[in-house]
Amino acid sequence: MNLFNLFGKKTFPHGIHPDEYKAETNAKPTRRLPFAPEIIVPLAQNIGKSAKAIVFKGQHITRGEVIAEADGFMSVPIHAPVTGTVKEIDIASNAKGGKEPAIIITTSLNSGQQVPEPDNYYDYQQMSREDLIKAVQNIGMVGLGGAAFPTHVKMNVPADRTIHTILINGCECEPFLTTDHRVMLENIDNLLLGIRIAMKCVAAPKAIIGVEDNKLNVLEAIKPHLPSDGTITIEAVETKYPQGAEKMLAYSLLGIEIPSGGLPSEVGLAVFNVATLAEIGALLPKGQGLIERVITITGDDLAKPGNYLAPIGTPLRYLLDYAGFQGAEAELILGGPMMGMPARSLDVPITKGTGAVLVLDKRATRNDDILPCIKCTQCLQACPINLNPSELGLLAAKRQYDVMEEKYHLNDCFECGCCSYVCPSNIPLVQYFRIAKVLNRERHLQNG
Amino acid sequence: MAKSDLKIDIRTSPYIRKAPSVAQIMRNVVYALLPLAAYSVYQFGISALALLLVTTLSCMATEHFFCRMSGKKSTILDASAAVSGLLLAMTLPPGFPLWMGAVAGFTAIAMGKTLFGGLGFNVFNPALVGRAFIQAAFPVSITTWTPALAVDRFVEFIPSTLALPFMKPAATAEWTTQVAIDGFSGATPLALMKFQGIITDSYDLFIGNVAGSAGETSSLLILLCGLYLIYKNMLDWRIPAAVIFGTVISAELFYFLDPSKYPSPAFMVLSGGLMFAAVFMASDMVASPVTPLGIFVFGFLVGFLTVIIRLFGGLTEAVMYAILFGNAATPIIETYTQPRIYGARKKAKEKS
Repeated sequence: MNLFNLFGKKTFPHGIHPDEYKAETNAKPTRRLPFAPEIIVPLAQNIGKSAKAIVFKGQHITRGEVIAEADGFMSVPIHAPVTGTVKEIDIASNAKGGKEPAIIITTSLNSGQQVPEPDNYYDYQQMSREDLIKAVQNIGMVGLGGAAFPTHVKMNVPADRTIHTILINGCECEPFLTTDHRVMLENIDNLLLGIRIAMKCVAAPKAIIGVEDNKLNVLEAIKPHLPSDGTITIEAVETKYPQGAEKMLAYSLLGIEIPSGGLPSEVGLAVFNVATLAEIGALLPKGQGLIERVITITGDDLAKPGNYLAPIGTPLRYLLDYAGFQGAEAELILGGPMMGMPARSLDVPITKGTGAVLVLDKRATRNDDILPCIKCTQCLQACPINLNPSELGLLAAKRQYDVMEEKYHLNDCFECGCCSYVCPSNIPLVQYFRIAKVLNRERHLQNG
Repeated sequence: MAKSDLKIDIRTSPYIRKAPSVAQIMRNVVYALLPLAAYSVYQFGISALALLLVTTLSCMATEHFFCRMSGKKSTILDASAAVSGLLLAMTLPPGFPLWMGAVAGFTAIAMGKTLFGGLGFNVFNPALVGRAFIQAAFPVSITTWTPALAVDRFVEFIPSTLALPFMKPAATAEWTTQVAIDGFSGATPLALMKFQGIITDSYDLFIGNVAGSAGETSSLLILLCGLYLIYKNMLDWRIPAAVIFGTVISAELFYFLDPSKYPSPAFMVLSGGLMFAAVFMASDMVASPVTPLGIFVFGFLVGFLTVIIRLFGGLTEAVMYAILFGNAATPIIETYTQPRIYGARKKAKEKS
């Protein structure tokens, strides 16, 4: 049982309380971002296999049509984010600093950007579970919380497992981000429809929406729309990072621990992000593809920070221009400041998994020396998984990566960054752990 | 257009950080020790002040010297050497000869810290290493106590303070009888308990109205200074709590068996250096365990050993050795007290 819940707020042990920086964007309604003159649509946007392009150079495409199809079950199709002409199918820079195949589209300025009306509407209640899961795949849905895991794969629960509750993650525990907050305020009907669809897909009788208590207006807004039979409820959880990690949320709401190395379905849970379900609710009945998403653009040196409904494939350069970026030197982060990915170039596009573009100026860049660990235990008291980051860090420095994995549970670290955040010695603990994991993986591959 | 010559900094997450630096933590420990230092100067006068300065400077100079010798940037600015120096001075008798204080400071840093690789790598609390050395080297001086609140304490040194190096310090017995108000014997409460069977009143112990080392006489002030550090989140309250708990439980056991022979738990906790050691010495971050259960085991062990050594050992001051022993046991304590992780499976499954 979760002892913490006995004393008031629903929460989990450990974690940190970073400054929020959400006030700049959380009260502003979502605005639509204009179409960039050139759109870059990478084929690898989801975890699993990349989509396969089915258009050719010079082809005219209409907004919403399928331009790349799913390559097997662990893959989703990609739809055209704009009406225009295929300029090229070539490799393009991705945020990781590498190059990947992408469809580059010149946006048509003459024709309209309307998505054609669907031929027929789908009623999820009339559809079988298999058809629904297929439909979720067909609209190209992936987890919009950042992981970009194909949603239909998650919904395809193994036959020997029963889901008793789905958790809808509206925590948005990362500082700066307010996308989910806006979605939950502005898209309630679609969210609830999406929840019902998800409940049917995984055959769950119950759903709980978990929202951090810094967004109490969401609770007020959603409560009147909830069904009276209590199948869908909404609960406030403590505002604490990383509350939005599914392991933490499962513990905070239900006192259930997701077993080490296992999936939530092992303990009868399925966890979805609010934005994902809101999009399913909006798109699935019409059979339309995921071509745009809400992203937070915020940080330093921006004239117009806010939440924007942006076409997938919009280059960062266009996005920052539109938001009135003025700086000359910055860190560009795709996602939040704790777990986001650094963008290596302005010419990379936002993808389905990009929830935010965060600009941090020099203020955040600290070049302090890295000092030896003084064993202050702050990292142990911050780690939500209850690891021993101090010892892991010392082992990493000694390159004993195998010991880290075998004795100190390295693979249970989900890289939330709490340990690095609180370290007085400025030791880049998470960064060490990432390296250790990669090297371990390589070693395992070599050893067969 | 966003400038094409925009400089993009690349790091990996997390990009934000909020933590006091090591130097800030150490500086705050210094601040927390200053009221105790001031109180000991008030009690024992310029001798105590001189001793504080000598050991602190000795520690800092030693650290600087060894950093330079090994071609590293000097680390005296992180204030950890100053902390060791202050801690060391406060465990010494106020009339301790200054040159011996300098030796203690040198030993503390040289053998307790830089030998292991500097801050973060020391196995033992450096200040205690210095004191242990001194205890063995100068057994008489370190057990010669002088009374507090002598009339001329702000103008006159305690005779032993200014002993020349390698010379026998001047005897203080005569001086003590001159300045003492009501037949002060120079014995600490622990010595009185051990050798004469006299138990000092707990209230006097709590306020600090007794003989003892420079900084360890007032439990009340020690607790207040410790609370400041706990409030700043720079002292792990679990360590002092566990040490005190361990002491109380162990002392209670013996007190329960024979109240006429063994002192009460309150006396055990409040006398000698226990409170100071629990709050400032055992809690040395580097040399104590990091695991939650390990912290408790460590603290309890220190408390238990203190009681055992005090009651059955030949020394009156026991807590120093108890902590050194605890420091030595820290790696093995940690090995067996790793925290249970979230979602741990009952049986560790073999994974490919």
